[in-house]
Amino acid sequence: MILQTNGISKSYSKKKNSRMITVLDSTDIELRAGELTVIVGRSGSGKTTLLNILAGLLRPSEGSVLYDGMDIYGCSDKELSAFRAEHTGYIPQSQSILHDLDVKNNILLPSALIGKDESANARLLMDELGIASLENSYPDELSGGELRRTAVARALINEPSFIFADEPTNDLDVKNSSLVFGLLKKKAEEGAAVIVVTHEQSAAEYADNVYQMESGRLRSL
Amino acid sequence: MGTYRLPLHNLKRRPFRTAVLIVISALMTASVFGGLIISSSLKNGLDSLEQRLGADIIVVPKDAEAKTDLENLLLQGTPGYFYMDKSVQEKISAVEGIDLTSPQYFLVSANAECCSVKVQIIGFDEDSDFAVKPWLKEVYDGRLGANEIIVGSKISTRVGHTLKLYGVECKAVGKLDATGTGLDTAIYTTNETVRTLIAASQEKGISVLAKQSPENVISSVYIKVRDGYDAGEVAGNINLTVDGVQAVRTRSMITGTADRLSVISGSIGFFSAAVCVLAAVIMTAAFSVLANERRKEFAVLRVIGFSRRKLGEVVLSETVFICLAGAVSGLLLTALTVLPFGTLIEQKTGLPYLSPDMVKLLIYAFLAFGAVMVTGPLASAWSAYRLSRVDTGSILREGT
Repeated sequence: MILQTNGISKSYSKKKNSRMITVLDSTDIELRAGELTVIVGRSGSGKTTLLNILAGLLRPSEGSVLYDGMDIYGCSDKELSAFRAEHTGYIPQSQSILHDLDVKNNILLPSALIGKDESANARLLMDELGIASLENSYPDELSGGELRRTAVARALINEPSFIFADEPTNDLDVKNSSLVFGLLKKKAEEGAAVIVVTHEQSAAEYADNVYQMESGRLRSL
Repeated sequence: MGTYRLPLHNLKRRPFRTAVLIVISALMTASVFGGLIISSSLKNGLDSLEQRLGADIIVVPKDAEAKTDLENLLLQGTPGYFYMDKSVQEKISAVEGIDLTSPQYFLVSANAECCSVKVQIIGFDEDSDFAVKPWLKEVYDGRLGANEIIVGSKISTRVGHTLKLYGVECKAVGKLDATGTGLDTAIYTTNETVRTLIAASQEKGISVLAKQSPENVISSVYIKVRDGYDAGEVAGNINLTVDGVQAVRTRSMITGTADRLSVISGSIGFFSAAVCVLAAVIMTAAFSVLANERRKEFAVLRVIGFSRRKLGEVVLSETVFICLAGAVSGLLLTALTVLPFGTLIEQKTGLPYLSPDMVKLLIYAFLAFGAVMVTGPLASAWSAYRLSRVDTGSILREGT
């Protein structure tokens, strides 16, 4: 299983009729099963844009994203959504927990979408991430770190083939940061392709591949 | 938790918002359902009244208007009486253009076992009547014998039972269906029985007739105009040639009532439409505000794998739940407030009021239900569309 890009670029204008800004410039990257890839770089360098394009959330201005040779942006919205639901797990940069659901139901939502019962896996993940006692709590009762770990558990619940993590250790202390990176590394070892976008240099310790993003271009470190 | 339960979770976790939207939907349903019921009841009442008048012209004594509210007596059955010499009928019959004439006799009960208030007693001539018998036939198809009566729907006497009027035992041989007018509290009988009752009243010292004998008087003459003649002209000729009487066209009486009904029905229609438009605007605004508030939530759902169609379904399902609860509440609210208060509405509007039958009520309920179930989802459709097209990537980069 492989996800690769083919010369992707992304440009946009902040306002209508204003100057186009190029965020990604003919970038190529390959995500392979069993590997954890880390991309580091300054804020605004295009890391998140690349991650969103890889995750099927943002259409590139140029180039293609191939999943086992198939261009995912050539699919219909229904097919692309099904691809995300079945094969990807995404940890967004900002808080993303649904306020109307408790911790357990937030974590189980992706599995409910594809009609799977992952209650046992949810319990396991909650145990691993130290949030088992919070399963019936609602988001407004949780700290930033607890919300972040809930989002990590939700991204992993379906045992996805591709895990996209955008600053996954935001809001986390050193101990919990290690816990999350360790868990992501474990998932890679179990066969997932993991890509982490972060400004934390310590992430490189867990990585099989490390890239630096600079002005919309990737450089292997 | 299945994703189909997500809309219910969302509604449950926002009780105030949910309650407000349900109340708006309920008000919309109630205004449509209530408006249809009231308009239809008023129209039914007028139709029933028109059917029951059955005459083109009614002739009454000239001073009848001074003694009682003529229109209310003739159209609404408000108790009242007046008399004129019965020779008037012959004089009227001689006027050109008259096809049929039939005398009627009015009397007001002093008190009766049936009622806590006075009721109107209307006597008619079995042989010449053409105005009353056609619809009396619906409940009693024979000739009325001495002291036999047919009672209006609101007289609390059952068929076969007797009623004491001025001390005379009168047997109810039929009970009329509701008309929605004061005629529902009237009693119909023959002129002969009315004369018996007047004689009985004289014996009790409560005579309604000062000098005349009941044998020599009548209260009114109902007239059918011959084909090809104008009822207005014939009424004018009666007023010119017969002394001491006033000929009134029934249509002119009904026109006033119909005009009032038209104004009230128009107002109700306008009110219902205004409530519907207002509800649609409020719903659209509410869903639009919510669409902005929920961009992040929907971006997260997109990330998880919800398709645009699925997101649209979530929004529409929430709306359908809200509208369903509102529609059912609105229908119940109307059933509990409008249906039981027909008599009060009749009194307040001064118009005949006859509730629609069950089939029509069900049709109106269905229409009101449909109006809400279409308006609500339409109001949220734009929000659903906007939410399904959220720019997932940029929204997820926004703060918490």
